[in-house]
Amino acid sequence: MNTKNKSETYLEAVLRKGYTRRDFMKFVTYMSAFMGLESSMIGQVAKALETKKRIPVIWEHFQECTGCSESFIRSDHPLAADLILDSISLDYTDTLMAAAGHNAEEAKQASMKENYGKYILVVEGAIPTKDDGVYCTIAGRTAVEILKESAAGAAAIITFGSCSAWGGIQAAYPNPTGSVPVDAIIKDKPIIRVPGCPPIGEVMTGVVVHYATFGTLPALDDMGRPKQFYGKRVHDSCYRRPYFDAGLFAETFDSEEAKKGYCLYKLGCRGPVTYNACGFMEWNNGVSYPIKSGYPCIGCSEKDFWDNGPFTERLENLPGFGIEATADKIGKIVVGAAVAGAAVHAVASNVAKRKELKKHEDRGVFNEKNIKE
Amino acid sequence: MANRIVIDPITRIEGHLRIEAEIKDGKVVNAYSSSTMVRGMEKIVEGRDPRDVWAFVQRACGVCTTVHAIASIRSVEDALGIVVPPNAELARNIVTIAHAFQDHVVHFYHLHALDWVDVTQVLNADPKATSELAQSISSWPKSSPGYFSDVKNRIKKFVESGQLGIFANGYWGHPAMKLPAEVNLLAVAHYLEALEWQKEIVKVHTILGGKNPHPHFLVGGMASSVNVNDAGGLNAEKLAYVGKLLHDAKTFINQVYIPDLLAIASFYKDWGAIGVSGFKNYLSFGDLPADNYRNPSSFKWPQGVILNGDLSKVHEIDIRDTKVFQEFVNKSWYDYSKGKDVGLNPWEGETNIHYTGPKPPYEHLNVDKEYSFVKTPRWNGKPMEVGPLARVLIGFAKGIPEYKEVVNFALKTLDIPVEALFSTLGRTAARGLETKLLTEWGLEFYDRLLTNIKNGDTKMANMDKWDPSTWPKEAKGVGYMEAPRGGLSHWIVIKDGKTDNYQMVVPTTWNASPRDPKGQLSAYEASLIGTPIADPNNPVEILRTIHSFDPCLACAVHLYDEHGKNISQIQIGGACSV
Repeated sequence: MNTKNKSETYLEAVLRKGYTRRDFMKFVTYMSAFMGLESSMIGQVAKALETKKRIPVIWEHFQECTGCSESFIRSDHPLAADLILDSISLDYTDTLMAAAGHNAEEAKQASMKENYGKYILVVEGAIPTKDDGVYCTIAGRTAVEILKESAAGAAAIITFGSCSAWGGIQAAYPNPTGSVPVDAIIKDKPIIRVPGCPPIGEVMTGVVVHYATFGTLPALDDMGRPKQFYGKRVHDSCYRRPYFDAGLFAETFDSEEAKKGYCLYKLGCRGPVTYNACGFMEWNNGVSYPIKSGYPCIGCSEKDFWDNGPFTERLENLPGFGIEATADKIGKIVVGAAVAGAAVHAVASNVAKRKELKKHEDRGVFNEKNIKE
Repeated sequence: MANRIVIDPITRIEGHLRIEAEIKDGKVVNAYSSSTMVRGMEKIVEGRDPRDVWAFVQRACGVCTTVHAIASIRSVEDALGIVVPPNAELARNIVTIAHAFQDHVVHFYHLHALDWVDVTQVLNADPKATSELAQSISSWPKSSPGYFSDVKNRIKKFVESGQLGIFANGYWGHPAMKLPAEVNLLAVAHYLEALEWQKEIVKVHTILGGKNPHPHFLVGGMASSVNVNDAGGLNAEKLAYVGKLLHDAKTFINQVYIPDLLAIASFYKDWGAIGVSGFKNYLSFGDLPADNYRNPSSFKWPQGVILNGDLSKVHEIDIRDTKVFQEFVNKSWYDYSKGKDVGLNPWEGETNIHYTGPKPPYEHLNVDKEYSFVKTPRWNGKPMEVGPLARVLIGFAKGIPEYKEVVNFALKTLDIPVEALFSTLGRTAARGLETKLLTEWGLEFYDRLLTNIKNGDTKMANMDKWDPSTWPKEAKGVGYMEAPRGGLSHWIVIKDGKTDNYQMVVPTTWNASPRDPKGQLSAYEASLIGTPIADPNNPVEILRTIHSFDPCLACAVHLYDEHGKNISQIQIGGACSV
């Protein structure tokens, strides 16, 4: 079918769904709150959605597990179906598109040609570079070649997930296929890094909605991550944080302490060095997140987290991330990602030394004794 | 002279799959299935802490997001002799079932339906007639004329907007599309509803594993501990949440998925004779222990093998018999140190990547030589089909009453013979039928978990052998399970507390693999032969049969060892290539 014709605006899309303008304003208010905007900006959001054309999106899949696509369709607000049918025009994605083979490739080429310079390129998965890229081919072409072609006409690139953002699991030691993230190949386009294995569904759709609404990239930290979702450590908003502060730690899984919700730091939790939205947004529309459900954070949104194991050993044994590491080293990591207000607690800052921890533990022993008495 | 067509990418699957098919006189006469992506996961887990490996191999597939983690922790528990507490066994069953719900429903509506449903025909549908049809097959409340009218208008305006997005260039108006306009409207309405519903059922994983996709798991049990008097653990509120989700799933599956499946199938009964593998061998490792994992006779998903479509006999399997389970690389981009034509048991498996395919960009693969990153597994030298059809056939052949009941119900409703199950239609139907059974089992396991907790058993993990100092110097184990896409097995060798070798034999490895040294075809290739093709430029018929397996290629691809030793291959669960 013909993919040309005029493009409609968001307001038109909302109205044809049977919603009223009032519903539309509620949605705008909600999204604005969600994105942390001042109420004075609501009018601006509404105007943007009313007048902007639907944005074409090309979604490439390279060395990936499709977990990011799965997370995307878990989004509650907005719903993936509403986003796909009413807000963006998802013109290419292996996972959901009806067409296959040359029919799919032709649809992509048509959209990229027609929307040259205007579409968003989404990349899921890393790109193998070893042996001329033969370890990932689609329609007989290498991922490297496809990425270069798709990036050429993109207005901006969103890297969904730790694979396209950092290299991900295939780039873990010994990186058998020479996998690299998108920014190792594409140097001349704005790239929004949305790491996580996978990222939270509402974070993914939130980034798209931000771009659709304002026509600009969200504010990024110096690692290219949207501040609104990656500005805090998991530790900073953790549900078990009071136990950390009180020095009360679970020593093993399913122990009495674990059942009481004690801090999982000694079981390897990476919350203190992980910048992600898990603590304050939680997963699957706010139901829980790993620490809340009893398992320490593995730091899945951080660069090279796969090589910072074993995951159930406390942080001090980790190369480069250790509590015993020098203040400079730790400082580098923190500065890299720390946005305003992140230096709330000791561990990830240069105060995070063994001494500090020892103090916590002593306090914990004292508190524990008091609880028992 | 046959005409060779290529479909690459096969969309609406997980991973990268390419099919090359030779068409003659309007039929497929030969087919080649190739996975064109590899990551080398088995090499990556080598040397790592066995208690961490679940997290790595879980990333084999984000669609089958629980299965590799469960197979992995089972392999480690098997190697170390860890028996998990009954509550953990029940919680894992509930996780597996919730995953199958989400996966099967998404497969039906979002990955498979567009092979059968013509979205553009929605514009010709009468909402009132659609409402009458919907109410005649189901008591699902969203079925008024106004509801279908809204959906129709939404699609109409979407089409008129000119930006067709994921529906651009689909197989609309294809002669193989047979549904009346009203059935198309019903299916599209439920496509949208199912997309919204699927994000709900996975909350079972969020409660028990912290997130979805990729929830967390624990060697020895589950990390989500029970504490009925504290917000820190599973308490009455969280357990009630799980219960509600399982109940809602039962309603959705019985009132939406199953009626739609049967309604659509009734227009495609000719597909009960298309997509037959020829060899008709079926394998299931079995899963969902009603007692415990070490007692396969208690499995809800039964274990066994059917040969040559003979439903009068189910053969026993012994997964530890190293002569029985083997993998070959004669047509795959790997080398074995003992030569190209030998078969290796996964415990001794090797994965030395050696790409010999054409230099990209290429038009065709050289199928006379190696042509895929998927290896070729065999049971007793025979090709096997795995998946929901295998499980349902084995349960039926064993005479298990629940299986007989759902199979006979489907055969009677569709008025088709039992032989029609060995087909594209049968595969798609079996997926729905087992989902119906799972709705009952999920609640059964849930009730037992509540009863245990009520009786004072709150143990969720066995941590006796958590410390590596308690482990033997060397141990090997196998963890198997039934992923949504079929039998999955992970094989681990542990030495000095580290992962020494790791191998994954995944469902899509069984189904999507290239030919073996005897020239025997695996399930995808064998099932495509004889498929009618109305228009070689729009071969939707090939998609129907391939999608009926629910491919998952990221699971099926292997590990690279540049030194050619101590190799792991990871083939992952479901239809994945690792």
